[in-house]
Amino acid sequence: MTRVLIVDDHRLFRSGVRAELGDSIEVVGEAEDVDSAVKAIAEQQPDVVLLDVHMPGGGGQEVLRRVLGSGSQVRFLALSVSDAAEDVIGVIRGGARGYVTKNISGKELTDAIRRVSEGDAVFSPRLAGFVLDAFASSEAPSIDPELDSLTQREREVLRLIARGYAYKEIAKELFISVKTVETHVSSVLRKLQLSNRHELSRWATARRLV
Amino acid sequence: MGGVAQGLATQLSLDPVVIRLMFVLLSAVNGVGMVAYAVLWMIAPKQPYKGAAPPPRDWSQLAAFSAIGVALLAFGWLTGASQGGIGMLPFAVGGIGALILWQQADPERRKNWMSGAALSMRKNRVRSLLGVALVVIGGAGFLAAQGELAQASQGLLFTGVVVGGLAVIAAPWLAGLWKELQLERRERIRQEERAEVAAMVHDSVLHTLTLIQRVAHDQREVTRLARAQERDLRNWLYQPAQDADATVAAAVRRIAAEEEDAHGVPIEVVCVGDIDLDSAGKLAAMLKASRQAMVNAAKYSGSPSISVYTEVEGEEVAIFVKDRGKGFDLEAVPLDRMGIRESIIGRMERHGGAARVRTEPGEGTEVMLTMKVEKA
Repeated sequence: MTRVLIVDDHRLFRSGVRAELGDSIEVVGEAEDVDSAVKAIAEQQPDVVLLDVHMPGGGGQEVLRRVLGSGSQVRFLALSVSDAAEDVIGVIRGGARGYVTKNISGKELTDAIRRVSEGDAVFSPRLAGFVLDAFASSEAPSIDPELDSLTQREREVLRLIARGYAYKEIAKELFISVKTVETHVSSVLRKLQLSNRHELSRWATARRLV
Repeated sequence: MGGVAQGLATQLSLDPVVIRLMFVLLSAVNGVGMVAYAVLWMIAPKQPYKGAAPPPRDWSQLAAFSAIGVALLAFGWLTGASQGGIGMLPFAVGGIGALILWQQADPERRKNWMSGAALSMRKNRVRSLLGVALVVIGGAGFLAAQGELAQASQGLLFTGVVVGGLAVIAAPWLAGLWKELQLERRERIRQEERAEVAAMVHDSVLHTLTLIQRVAHDQREVTRLARAQERDLRNWLYQPAQDADATVAAAVRRIAAEEEDAHGVPIEVVCVGDIDLDSAGKLAAMLKASRQAMVNAAKYSGSPSISVYTEVEGEEVAIFVKDRGKGFDLEAVPLDRMGIRESIIGRMERHGGAARVRTEPGEGTEVMLTMKVEKA
Protein backbone atom coordinates (compact mmCIF):
# COMPACT_ATOMS: atom_id res chain seq x y z
CA MET A 1 0.00 0.00 0.00
CA THR A 2 1.49 3.30 -1.06
CA ARG A 3 1.06 6.15 1.41
CA VAL A 4 0.38 9.45 -0.33
CA LEU A 5 0.09 13.04 0.83
CA ILE A 6 -1.76 15.53 -1.38
CA VAL A 7 -0.49 19.10 -1.42
CA ASP A 8 -2.73 21.51 -3.32
CA ASP A 9 -4.36 24.80 -2.47
CA HIS A 10 -7.66 23.85 -4.14
CA ARG A 11 -9.83 21.80 -1.80
CA LEU A 12 -12.07 20.67 -4.64
CA PHE A 13 -9.10 19.30 -6.48
CA ARG A 14 -7.75 17.47 -3.42
CA SER A 15 -11.03 15.67 -2.87
CA GLY A 16 -11.22 14.91 -6.60
CA VAL A 17 -7.81 13.24 -6.57
CA ARG A 18 -8.68 11.36 -3.39
CA ALA A 19 -11.78 9.93 -5.05
CA GLU A 20 -9.94 8.95 -8.24
CA LEU A 21 -7.01 7.10 -6.73
CA GLY A 22 -7.28 3.35 -6.75
CA ASP A 23 -7.42 0.94 -3.82
CA SER A 24 -3.69 0.37 -3.82
CA ILE A 25 -3.13 3.88 -2.54
CA GLU A 26 -3.78 5.26 0.91
CA VAL A 27 -4.09 9.04 1.26
CA VAL A 28 -2.54 9.84 4.63
CA GLY A 29 -3.06 13.55 4.61
CA GLU A 30 -3.62 16.80 2.77
CA ALA A 31 -1.98 20.19 2.90
CA GLU A 32 -2.96 23.48 1.33
CA ASP A 33 0.13 25.67 1.52
CA VAL A 34 3.90 25.50 1.87
CA ASP A 35 4.05 25.61 5.67
CA SER A 36 1.35 23.02 6.31
CA ALA A 37 2.90 20.81 3.61
CA VAL A 38 6.34 20.85 5.20
CA LYS A 39 4.81 20.08 8.58
CA ALA A 40 2.56 17.27 7.30
CA ILE A 41 5.41 15.64 5.39
CA ALA A 42 7.58 15.63 8.52
CA GLU A 43 4.76 14.11 10.57
CA GLN A 44 3.42 11.53 8.13
CA GLN A 45 6.58 10.53 6.26
CA PRO A 46 4.53 9.52 3.18
CA ASP A 47 5.98 7.43 0.35
CA VAL A 48 4.96 9.94 -2.28
CA VAL A 49 3.90 13.57 -2.12
CA LEU A 50 1.58 14.82 -4.87
CA LEU A 51 2.78 18.38 -5.21
CA ASP A 52 1.02 21.33 -6.81
CA VAL A 53 3.34 23.76 -8.56
CA HIS A 54 1.47 27.00 -7.83
CA MET A 55 0.65 27.58 -4.18
CA PRO A 56 0.61 30.46 -1.76
CA GLY A 57 3.89 30.90 0.08
CA GLY A 58 6.42 30.09 -2.64
CA GLY A 59 4.80 27.20 -4.50
CA GLY A 60 5.95 23.63 -4.95
CA GLN A 61 9.56 24.60 -5.47
CA GLU A 62 9.69 26.07 -1.96
CA VAL A 63 8.32 22.83 -0.47
CA LEU A 64 10.95 20.85 -2.39
CA ARG A 65 13.71 23.16 -1.22
CA ARG A 66 12.71 22.94 2.42
CA VAL A 67 11.94 19.22 2.60
CA LEU A 68 14.76 17.90 0.42
CA GLY A 69 17.13 20.50 1.82
CA SER A 70 16.68 18.98 5.26
CA GLY A 71 17.85 15.62 3.95
CA SER A 72 14.47 13.92 3.66
CA GLN A 73 14.14 10.97 1.29
CA VAL A 74 10.47 11.61 0.49
CA ARG A 75 9.64 11.33 -3.20
CA PHE A 76 7.68 14.01 -5.01
CA LEU A 77 5.43 13.85 -8.05
CA ALA A 78 4.53 17.27 -9.40
CA LEU A 79 0.94 17.68 -10.49
CA SER A 80 -0.01 20.91 -12.15
CA VAL A 81 -2.30 22.67 -14.59
CA SER A 82 0.60 24.73 -15.81
CA ASP A 83 2.16 24.05 -19.18
CA ALA A 84 4.86 26.66 -18.78
CA ALA A 85 8.31 25.25 -19.46
CA GLU A 86 9.65 27.36 -16.64
CA ASP A 87 7.38 25.64 -14.10
CA VAL A 88 7.94 22.16 -15.45
CA ILE A 89 11.73 22.39 -15.60
CA GLY A 90 11.70 24.31 -12.32
CA VAL A 91 10.10 21.58 -10.17
CA ILE A 92 12.12 18.84 -11.83
CA ARG A 93 15.33 20.73 -11.17
CA GLY A 94 13.99 21.29 -7.67
CA GLY A 95 13.98 17.55 -7.08
CA ALA A 96 10.57 16.21 -8.12
CA ARG A 97 10.76 12.75 -9.66
CA GLY A 98 8.06 13.34 -12.18
CA TYR A 99 5.65 15.78 -13.67
CA VAL A 100 2.10 15.11 -14.81
CA THR A 101 -0.68 17.49 -15.70
CA LYS A 102 -3.91 17.61 -13.76
CA ASN A 103 -6.06 16.25 -16.57
CA ILE A 104 -4.38 12.85 -16.19
CA SER A 105 -6.81 9.99 -15.64
CA GLY A 106 -7.14 8.30 -12.25
CA LYS A 107 -5.63 5.08 -13.53
CA GLU A 108 -2.64 6.81 -15.07
CA LEU A 109 -2.12 8.78 -11.88
CA THR A 110 -2.19 5.62 -9.80
CA ASP A 111 0.41 4.15 -12.15
CA ALA A 112 2.57 7.26 -11.91
CA ILE A 113 2.43 7.23 -8.10
CA ARG A 114 3.46 3.59 -7.98
CA ARG A 115 6.36 4.28 -10.31
CA VAL A 116 7.61 7.25 -8.30
CA SER A 117 7.27 5.28 -5.06
CA GLU A 118 9.52 2.62 -6.55
CA GLY A 119 12.14 5.23 -7.32
CA ASP A 120 11.46 5.62 -11.02
CA ALA A 121 10.72 8.78 -12.91
CA VAL A 122 7.48 9.81 -14.57
CA PHE A 123 7.44 12.00 -17.65
CA SER A 124 4.32 13.38 -19.28
CA PRO A 125 4.45 13.73 -23.08
CA ARG A 126 4.83 17.47 -22.63
CA LEU A 127 7.74 17.16 -20.24
CA ALA A 128 9.42 14.74 -22.65
CA GLY A 129 8.95 17.32 -25.41
CA PHE A 130 10.46 20.04 -23.26
CA VAL A 131 13.48 17.92 -22.43
CA LEU A 132 14.09 17.02 -26.07
CA ASP A 133 13.78 20.65 -27.03
CA ALA A 134 16.03 21.86 -24.24
CA PHE A 135 18.79 19.35 -24.89
CA ALA A 136 18.60 19.84 -28.64
CA SER A 137 18.62 23.61 -28.60
CA SER A 138 22.01 24.04 -26.99
CA GLU A 139 24.83 24.95 -29.30
CA ALA A 140 27.24 26.00 -26.58
CA PRO A 141 29.91 23.45 -25.74
CA SER A 142 28.91 21.32 -22.80
CA ILE A 143 30.89 21.29 -19.59
CA ASP A 144 30.22 17.69 -18.68
CA PRO A 145 29.52 15.59 -21.81
CA GLU A 146 28.06 12.75 -19.80
CA LEU A 147 25.49 14.93 -18.05
CA ASP A 148 24.90 17.47 -20.77
CA SER A 149 23.66 15.29 -23.57
CA LEU A 150 21.22 12.46 -24.06
CA THR A 151 22.18 9.08 -25.44
CA GLN A 152 20.57 7.84 -28.62
CA ARG A 153 18.45 5.38 -26.63
CA GLU A 154 17.30 8.00 -24.17
CA ARG A 155 16.24 10.22 -27.02
CA GLU A 156 14.27 7.37 -28.57
CA VAL A 157 12.50 6.68 -25.32
CA LEU A 158 11.65 10.35 -24.82
CA ARG A 159 10.36 10.68 -28.36
CA LEU A 160 8.02 7.75 -27.83
CA ILE A 161 6.77 9.26 -24.58
CA ALA A 162 6.16 12.53 -26.41
CA ARG A 163 4.24 10.60 -29.08
CA GLY A 164 1.88 9.33 -26.39
CA TYR A 165 3.28 5.83 -25.85
CA ALA A 166 2.90 4.10 -22.50
CA TYR A 167 6.00 2.47 -21.00
CA LYS A 168 4.74 -0.96 -21.99
CA GLU A 169 4.29 0.14 -25.59
CA ILE A 170 7.74 1.72 -25.62
CA ALA A 171 9.27 -1.52 -24.38
CA LYS A 172 7.55 -3.44 -27.16
CA GLU A 173 8.54 -0.91 -29.80
CA LEU A 174 12.23 -0.87 -28.83
CA PHE A 175 12.45 -4.58 -27.97
CA ILE A 176 13.52 -3.86 -24.41
CA SER A 177 11.94 -4.57 -21.03
CA VAL A 178 9.73 -2.11 -19.19
CA LYS A 179 12.39 -2.03 -16.50
CA THR A 180 14.95 -0.83 -19.06
CA VAL A 181 12.57 1.88 -20.20
CA GLU A 182 12.28 3.00 -16.59
CA THR A 183 16.05 3.00 -16.24
CA HIS A 184 16.41 5.24 -19.28
CA VAL A 185 13.80 7.69 -18.02
CA SER A 186 15.41 7.81 -14.57
CA SER A 187 18.75 8.49 -16.19
CA VAL A 188 17.25 11.40 -18.16
CA LEU A 189 15.76 12.72 -14.93
CA ARG A 190 19.16 12.57 -13.26
CA LYS A 191 20.74 14.50 -16.12
CA LEU A 192 17.95 17.01 -15.99
CA GLN A 193 18.50 17.58 -12.29
CA LEU A 194 22.27 17.47 -12.17
CA SER A 195 23.36 19.04 -15.42
CA ASN A 196 24.65 22.42 -14.41
CA ARG A 197 24.31 23.66 -17.91
CA HIS A 198 22.56 26.89 -17.30
CA GLU A 199 21.03 26.97 -20.75
CA LEU A 200 18.46 24.60 -19.35
CA SER A 201 17.02 27.20 -17.05
CA ARG A 202 17.62 29.94 -19.54
CA TRP A 203 15.90 27.97 -22.24
CA ALA A 204 12.87 27.49 -20.01
CA THR A 205 12.74 31.18 -19.18
CA ALA A 206 13.14 32.18 -22.78
CA ARG A 207 10.24 30.01 -23.80
CA ARG A 208 8.09 31.79 -21.31
CA LEU A 209 9.11 35.20 -22.48
CA VAL A 210 9.00 34.90 -26.26
CA MET B 1 -7.13 98.14 -19.78
CA GLY B 2 -7.50 94.66 -21.23
CA GLY B 3 -8.22 93.23 -17.79
CA VAL B 4 -4.83 91.60 -17.83
CA ALA B 5 -3.70 93.17 -14.59
CA GLN B 6 -6.97 92.20 -12.96
CA GLY B 7 -6.66 88.59 -14.11
CA LEU B 8 -3.05 88.28 -13.15
CA ALA B 9 -3.81 89.70 -9.75
CA THR B 10 -6.49 87.08 -9.15
CA GLN B 11 -4.14 84.36 -10.36
CA LEU B 12 -1.36 85.44 -8.03
CA SER B 13 -3.69 86.52 -5.22
CA LEU B 14 -2.32 90.04 -5.32
CA ASP B 15 -3.83 93.48 -5.43
CA PRO B 16 -4.31 94.53 -9.08
CA VAL B 17 -2.80 97.88 -8.25
CA VAL B 18 0.55 96.23 -7.57
CA ILE B 19 0.48 94.47 -10.90
CA ARG B 20 -0.44 97.64 -12.73
CA LEU B 21 2.39 99.46 -11.02
CA MET B 22 4.75 96.69 -12.02
CA PHE B 23 3.75 96.96 -15.65
CA VAL B 24 4.12 100.73 -15.61
CA LEU B 25 7.52 100.43 -13.99
CA LEU B 26 8.70 97.82 -16.47
CA SER B 27 7.44 99.86 -19.39
CA ALA B 28 9.15 102.95 -18.09
CA VAL B 29 12.48 101.20 -17.74
CA ASN B 30 12.82 99.47 -21.07
CA GLY B 31 9.52 98.67 -22.64
CA VAL B 32 9.45 95.08 -21.48
CA GLY B 33 6.27 95.85 -19.58
CA MET B 34 4.42 96.77 -22.75
CA VAL B 35 5.49 93.62 -24.51
CA ALA B 36 4.60 91.44 -21.53
CA TYR B 37 1.22 93.10 -21.25
CA ALA B 38 0.47 92.55 -24.88
CA VAL B 39 1.54 88.92 -24.81
CA LEU B 40 -0.39 88.18 -21.66
CA TRP B 41 -3.43 89.87 -23.12
CA MET B 42 -3.26 87.51 -26.07
CA ILE B 43 -2.66 84.25 -24.25
CA ALA B 44 -4.56 84.69 -21.02
CA PRO B 45 -7.88 82.82 -20.89
CA LYS B 46 -10.79 85.19 -21.33
CA GLN B 47 -13.11 83.37 -18.99
CA PRO B 48 -12.72 84.33 -15.41
CA TYR B 49 -11.68 81.46 -13.17
CA LYS B 50 -14.90 79.99 -11.86
CA GLY B 51 -13.70 77.05 -9.81
CA ALA B 52 -13.26 76.90 -6.08
CA ALA B 53 -11.98 79.92 -4.22
CA PRO B 54 -8.38 80.72 -5.17
CA PRO B 55 -5.88 78.96 -2.95
CA PRO B 56 -3.97 80.97 -0.34
CA ARG B 57 -1.19 83.11 -1.63
CA ASP B 58 1.96 81.18 -2.27
CA TRP B 59 4.56 83.45 -0.74
CA SER B 60 7.58 81.33 -1.54
CA GLN B 61 6.63 81.31 -5.18
CA LEU B 62 6.02 85.01 -5.24
CA ALA B 63 9.29 85.70 -3.46
CA ALA B 64 11.18 83.58 -5.93
CA PHE B 65 9.70 85.38 -8.87
CA SER B 66 10.24 88.78 -7.34
CA ALA B 67 13.84 87.87 -6.67
CA ILE B 68 14.38 86.76 -10.22
CA GLY B 69 12.67 89.84 -11.54
CA VAL B 70 14.74 92.16 -9.37
CA ALA B 71 17.93 90.35 -10.23
CA LEU B 72 17.22 90.58 -13.95
CA LEU B 73 16.33 94.20 -13.65
CA ALA B 74 19.46 94.99 -11.70
CA PHE B 75 21.49 93.01 -14.16
CA GLY B 76 20.03 94.93 -17.06
CA TRP B 77 20.55 98.21 -15.27
CA LEU B 78 24.13 97.52 -14.35
CA THR B 79 25.28 96.13 -17.68
CA GLY B 80 23.43 98.76 -19.55
CA ALA B 81 22.08 96.04 -21.75
CA SER B 82 18.60 97.45 -21.42
CA GLN B 83 19.74 100.50 -23.36
CA GLY B 84 21.28 98.28 -25.97
CA GLY B 85 18.03 96.37 -26.31
CA ILE B 86 19.52 93.47 -28.22
CA GLY B 87 21.29 91.94 -25.22
CA MET B 88 18.10 91.95 -23.24
CA LEU B 89 15.98 90.26 -25.87
CA PRO B 90 16.85 86.62 -25.04
CA PHE B 91 16.08 87.25 -21.41
CA ALA B 92 12.75 88.81 -22.25
CA VAL B 93 11.84 85.94 -24.55
CA GLY B 94 12.93 83.35 -22.01
CA GLY B 95 11.04 85.08 -19.25
CA ILE B 96 7.86 85.26 -21.26
CA GLY B 97 8.24 81.63 -22.20
CA ALA B 98 8.57 80.64 -18.57
CA LEU B 99 5.58 82.78 -17.73
CA ILE B 100 3.49 81.06 -20.36
CA LEU B 101 4.49 77.65 -19.06
CA TRP B 102 3.71 78.71 -15.53
CA GLN B 103 0.42 80.15 -16.54
CA GLN B 104 -0.65 77.06 -18.52
CA ALA B 105 0.25 74.57 -15.82
CA ASP B 106 -2.54 73.59 -13.51
CA PRO B 107 -2.14 74.68 -9.90
CA GLU B 108 -1.67 71.11 -8.65
CA ARG B 109 1.26 70.41 -10.93
CA ARG B 110 2.76 73.83 -10.19
CA LYS B 111 2.70 73.03 -6.53
CA ASN B 112 4.31 69.67 -7.33
CA TRP B 113 7.12 71.34 -9.21
CA MET B 114 7.68 73.83 -6.48
CA SER B 115 7.61 71.39 -3.60
CA GLY B 116 9.78 68.95 -5.56
CA ALA B 117 12.32 71.62 -6.31
CA ALA B 118 12.25 72.93 -2.76
CA LEU B 119 12.66 69.44 -1.37
CA SER B 120 15.59 68.61 -3.57
CA MET B 121 17.08 71.99 -2.77
CA ARG B 122 16.96 71.15 0.87
CA LYS B 123 18.26 67.66 0.24
CA ASN B 124 21.18 68.78 -1.86
CA ARG B 125 22.37 71.81 -0.01
CA VAL B 126 25.94 71.28 -1.17
CA ARG B 127 24.92 71.04 -4.76
CA SER B 128 22.75 74.13 -4.50
CA LEU B 129 25.54 76.10 -2.86
CA LEU B 130 27.92 75.02 -5.56
CA GLY B 131 25.45 76.03 -8.24
CA VAL B 132 24.82 79.42 -6.66
CA ALA B 133 28.53 79.98 -6.28
CA LEU B 134 29.09 79.18 -9.93
CA VAL B 135 26.33 81.54 -10.96
CA VAL B 136 27.80 84.31 -8.81
CA ILE B 137 31.28 83.76 -10.19
CA GLY B 138 29.95 83.65 -13.69
CA GLY B 139 27.90 86.77 -13.16
CA ALA B 140 30.80 88.64 -11.60
CA GLY B 141 33.11 87.53 -14.35
CA PHE B 142 30.59 88.56 -16.94
CA LEU B 143 30.28 91.98 -15.39
CA ALA B 144 34.03 92.36 -15.22
CA ALA B 145 34.36 91.27 -18.80
CA GLN B 146 31.77 93.80 -19.85
CA GLY B 147 34.26 96.48 -18.91
CA GLU B 148 36.60 95.20 -21.55
CA LEU B 149 34.21 94.59 -24.35
CA ALA B 150 36.93 93.55 -26.70
CA GLN B 151 37.54 90.33 -24.87
CA ALA B 152 34.42 88.66 -26.09
CA SER B 153 35.86 85.19 -25.69
CA GLN B 154 36.27 85.71 -21.98
CA GLY B 155 32.68 86.86 -21.78
CA LEU B 156 31.64 83.64 -23.46
CA LEU B 157 33.63 81.65 -20.96
CA PHE B 158 31.85 83.25 -18.06
CA THR B 159 28.52 82.83 -19.75
CA GLY B 160 29.42 79.17 -19.88
CA VAL B 161 30.07 79.19 -16.18
CA VAL B 162 26.68 80.79 -15.54
CA VAL B 163 24.94 78.19 -17.65
CA GLY B 164 26.85 75.45 -15.81
CA GLY B 165 25.76 76.82 -12.47
CA LEU B 166 22.15 77.00 -13.55
CA ALA B 167 22.39 73.45 -14.81
CA VAL B 168 23.71 72.22 -11.48
CA ILE B 169 20.84 73.89 -9.69
CA ALA B 170 18.21 72.67 -12.09
CA ALA B 171 19.52 69.09 -12.42
CA PRO B 172 17.64 67.55 -9.48
CA TRP B 173 14.49 69.24 -10.55
CA LEU B 174 14.81 67.98 -14.10
CA ALA B 175 15.64 64.52 -12.81
CA GLY B 176 12.52 64.65 -10.66
CA LEU B 177 10.44 65.58 -13.66
CA TRP B 178 11.96 62.75 -15.69
CA LYS B 179 11.25 60.26 -12.92
CA GLU B 180 7.69 61.39 -12.68
CA LEU B 181 7.32 60.92 -16.40
CA GLN B 182 8.65 57.36 -16.17
CA LEU B 183 6.35 56.56 -13.30
CA GLU B 184 3.39 57.81 -15.24
CA ARG B 185 4.39 55.71 -18.22
CA ARG B 186 4.77 52.57 -16.15
CA GLU B 187 1.40 53.14 -14.57
CA ARG B 188 -0.15 53.47 -17.98
CA ILE B 189 1.38 50.20 -19.19
CA ARG B 190 0.15 48.44 -16.08
CA GLN B 191 -3.34 49.74 -16.67
CA GLU B 192 -3.27 48.54 -20.25
CA GLU B 193 -2.26 45.06 -19.09
CA ARG B 194 -5.00 45.01 -16.53
CA ALA B 195 -7.49 45.99 -19.19
CA GLU B 196 -6.27 43.14 -21.38
CA VAL B 197 -6.72 40.59 -18.60
CA ALA B 198 -10.16 41.95 -17.85
CA ALA B 199 -11.11 41.71 -21.50
CA MET B 200 -9.86 38.11 -21.66
CA VAL B 201 -11.77 37.07 -18.56
CA HIS B 202 -14.87 38.86 -19.64
CA ASP B 203 -15.03 38.03 -23.33
CA SER B 204 -14.07 34.45 -23.09
CA VAL B 205 -14.12 32.93 -19.61
CA LEU B 206 -17.40 34.43 -18.41
CA HIS B 207 -18.94 33.81 -21.77
CA THR B 208 -17.99 30.14 -21.66
CA LEU B 209 -19.26 29.71 -18.12
CA THR B 210 -22.60 31.14 -19.17
CA LEU B 211 -22.75 28.80 -22.14
CA ILE B 212 -21.89 25.81 -19.95
CA GLN B 213 -24.75 26.61 -17.59
CA ARG B 214 -27.09 26.78 -20.51
CA VAL B 215 -26.10 23.40 -21.97
CA ALA B 216 -25.53 21.69 -18.61
CA HIS B 217 -27.65 18.69 -19.68
CA ASP B 218 -25.38 17.90 -22.62
CA GLN B 219 -22.22 16.37 -21.19
CA ARG B 220 -20.38 16.23 -24.48
CA GLU B 221 -21.02 19.86 -25.22
CA VAL B 222 -19.96 20.90 -21.72
CA THR B 223 -16.68 19.04 -22.12
CA ARG B 224 -16.12 20.58 -25.50
CA LEU B 225 -16.74 24.10 -24.22
CA ALA B 226 -14.51 23.60 -21.21
CA ARG B 227 -11.71 22.20 -23.37
CA ALA B 228 -11.94 25.04 -25.85
CA GLN B 229 -11.81 27.59 -23.07
CA GLU B 230 -8.92 25.84 -21.39
CA ARG B 231 -6.99 25.82 -24.63
CA ASP B 232 -7.67 29.50 -25.16
CA LEU B 233 -6.45 30.40 -21.72
CA ARG B 234 -3.38 28.21 -22.02
CA ASN B 235 -2.41 29.71 -25.35
CA TRP B 236 -2.84 33.12 -23.91
CA LEU B 237 -0.78 32.34 -20.82
CA TYR B 238 1.99 30.10 -22.10
CA GLN B 239 2.29 30.15 -25.85
CA PRO B 240 4.38 32.70 -27.62
CA ALA B 241 2.29 34.93 -29.83
CA GLN B 242 2.70 33.34 -33.22
CA ASP B 243 1.32 33.76 -36.62
CA ALA B 244 -0.63 30.52 -36.94
CA ASP B 245 0.14 30.28 -40.62
CA ALA B 246 3.85 30.93 -40.46
CA THR B 247 5.38 27.87 -38.81
CA VAL B 248 4.71 24.15 -38.60
CA ALA B 249 4.29 24.01 -34.82
CA ALA B 250 1.82 26.89 -34.77
CA ALA B 251 -0.14 25.41 -37.67
CA VAL B 252 -0.33 21.96 -36.06
CA ARG B 253 -1.59 23.52 -32.83
CA ARG B 254 -4.24 25.42 -34.73
CA ILE B 255 -5.40 22.38 -36.70
CA ALA B 256 -5.56 20.28 -33.52
CA ALA B 257 -7.61 23.00 -31.84
CA GLU B 258 -10.03 23.16 -34.75
CA GLU B 259 -10.53 19.40 -34.90
CA GLU B 260 -10.86 19.19 -31.14
CA ASP B 261 -13.64 21.74 -31.36
CA ALA B 262 -15.32 19.99 -34.23
CA HIS B 263 -15.30 16.49 -32.73
CA GLY B 264 -15.15 17.01 -28.98
CA VAL B 265 -12.17 14.70 -28.47
CA PRO B 266 -9.18 16.14 -26.60
CA ILE B 267 -6.07 16.38 -28.78
CA GLU B 268 -2.79 16.78 -26.91
CA VAL B 269 -0.09 18.46 -28.95
CA VAL B 270 3.63 18.34 -28.18
CA CYS B 271 6.07 20.17 -30.43
CA VAL B 272 9.84 19.95 -30.50
CA GLY B 273 11.66 22.41 -32.72
CA ASP B 274 9.98 24.50 -35.37
CA ILE B 275 10.39 25.59 -38.97
CA ASP B 276 8.80 28.15 -41.27
CA LEU B 277 6.35 26.85 -43.83
CA ASP B 278 8.00 26.39 -47.23
CA SER B 279 6.89 28.19 -50.33
CA ALA B 280 6.68 24.99 -52.38
CA GLY B 281 3.71 23.84 -50.31
CA LYS B 282 5.28 20.58 -49.13
CA LEU B 283 4.60 21.32 -45.50
CA ALA B 284 1.16 22.65 -46.28
CA ALA B 285 0.35 19.27 -47.85
CA MET B 286 1.79 17.54 -44.81
CA LEU B 287 -0.42 19.63 -42.54
CA LYS B 288 -3.47 18.65 -44.59
CA ALA B 289 -2.55 15.01 -44.21
CA SER B 290 -2.10 15.42 -40.48
CA ARG B 291 -5.51 17.04 -40.25
CA GLN B 292 -7.04 14.07 -42.03
CA ALA B 293 -5.30 11.73 -39.58
CA MET B 294 -6.70 13.68 -36.65
CA VAL B 295 -10.18 13.67 -38.13
CA ASN B 296 -10.04 9.89 -38.63
CA ALA B 297 -8.86 9.31 -35.08
CA ALA B 298 -11.49 11.60 -33.62
CA LYS B 299 -14.34 10.23 -35.70
CA TYR B 300 -13.76 6.50 -35.90
CA SER B 301 -11.32 5.30 -33.25
CA GLY B 302 -13.49 5.86 -30.19
CA SER B 303 -10.32 6.87 -28.33
CA PRO B 304 -10.86 9.19 -25.36
CA SER B 305 -7.89 11.32 -26.41
CA ILE B 306 -5.46 11.78 -29.28
CA SER B 307 -1.74 12.51 -29.09
CA VAL B 308 -0.04 14.62 -31.73
CA TYR B 309 3.73 14.97 -31.75
CA THR B 310 5.57 17.27 -34.11
CA GLU B 311 9.31 17.20 -34.42
CA VAL B 312 11.59 19.32 -36.56
CA GLU B 313 15.16 18.18 -36.69
CA GLY B 314 17.26 20.05 -39.18
CA GLU B 315 15.51 19.53 -42.51
CA GLU B 316 13.39 16.62 -41.33
CA VAL B 317 9.85 17.27 -40.26
CA ALA B 318 7.83 14.51 -38.63
CA ILE B 319 4.25 14.50 -37.39
CA PHE B 320 2.80 11.60 -35.40
CA VAL B 321 -0.90 11.22 -34.74
CA LYS B 322 -1.72 8.49 -32.26
CA ASP B 323 -4.93 7.27 -30.69
CA ARG B 324 -5.74 4.48 -28.28
CA GLY B 325 -8.94 3.51 -29.98
CA LYS B 326 -10.15 0.32 -31.52
CA GLY B 327 -7.76 0.27 -34.46
CA PHE B 328 -8.56 -1.55 -37.67
CA ASP B 329 -7.21 -4.03 -40.17
CA LEU B 330 -5.38 -2.03 -42.79
CA GLU B 331 -5.74 -4.77 -45.41
CA ALA B 332 -9.47 -4.89 -44.95
CA VAL B 333 -10.08 -1.22 -45.71
CA PRO B 334 -12.13 -1.07 -48.91
CA LEU B 335 -10.34 0.49 -51.86
CA ASP B 336 -12.89 3.24 -52.23
CA ARG B 337 -12.25 4.62 -48.74
CA MET B 338 -10.32 7.74 -49.60
CA GLY B 339 -9.40 8.87 -46.10
CA ILE B 340 -6.15 7.08 -45.51
CA ARG B 341 -5.11 6.00 -48.96
CA GLU B 342 -5.62 9.28 -50.78
CA SER B 343 -5.75 12.08 -48.25
CA ILE B 344 -2.86 10.83 -46.19
CA ILE B 345 -0.54 8.38 -47.99
CA GLY B 346 -1.15 9.58 -51.53
CA ARG B 347 -0.87 13.22 -50.63
CA MET B 348 2.41 12.76 -48.76
CA GLU B 349 3.97 10.75 -51.59
CA ARG B 350 2.93 13.27 -54.22
CA HIS B 351 4.85 15.93 -52.33
CA GLY B 352 7.96 13.84 -51.79
CA GLY B 353 7.21 12.73 -48.26
CA ALA B 354 6.17 9.46 -46.71
CA ALA B 355 3.33 8.23 -44.55
CA ARG B 356 3.08 5.07 -42.53
CA VAL B 357 0.06 3.77 -40.72
CA ARG B 358 0.47 1.34 -37.89
CA THR B 359 -2.68 -0.24 -36.58
CA GLU B 360 -4.14 -3.46 -35.37
CA PRO B 361 -7.62 -4.16 -34.17
CA GLY B 362 -7.72 -3.29 -30.47
CA GLU B 363 -4.28 -1.71 -30.46
CA GLY B 364 -5.08 1.83 -31.51
CA THR B 365 -3.69 3.60 -34.55
CA GLU B 366 -0.67 5.72 -35.23
CA VAL B 367 -0.13 7.71 -38.40
CA MET B 368 3.46 8.75 -39.03
CA LEU B 369 4.21 11.48 -41.53
CA THR B 370 7.70 12.50 -42.58
CA MET B 371 8.88 15.16 -45.00
CA LYS B 372 12.23 16.58 -45.95
CA VAL B 373 12.43 20.27 -46.73
CA GLU B 374 15.28 22.60 -47.55
CA LYS B 375 15.75 25.18 -44.92
CA ALA B 376 15.17 28.65 -46.23
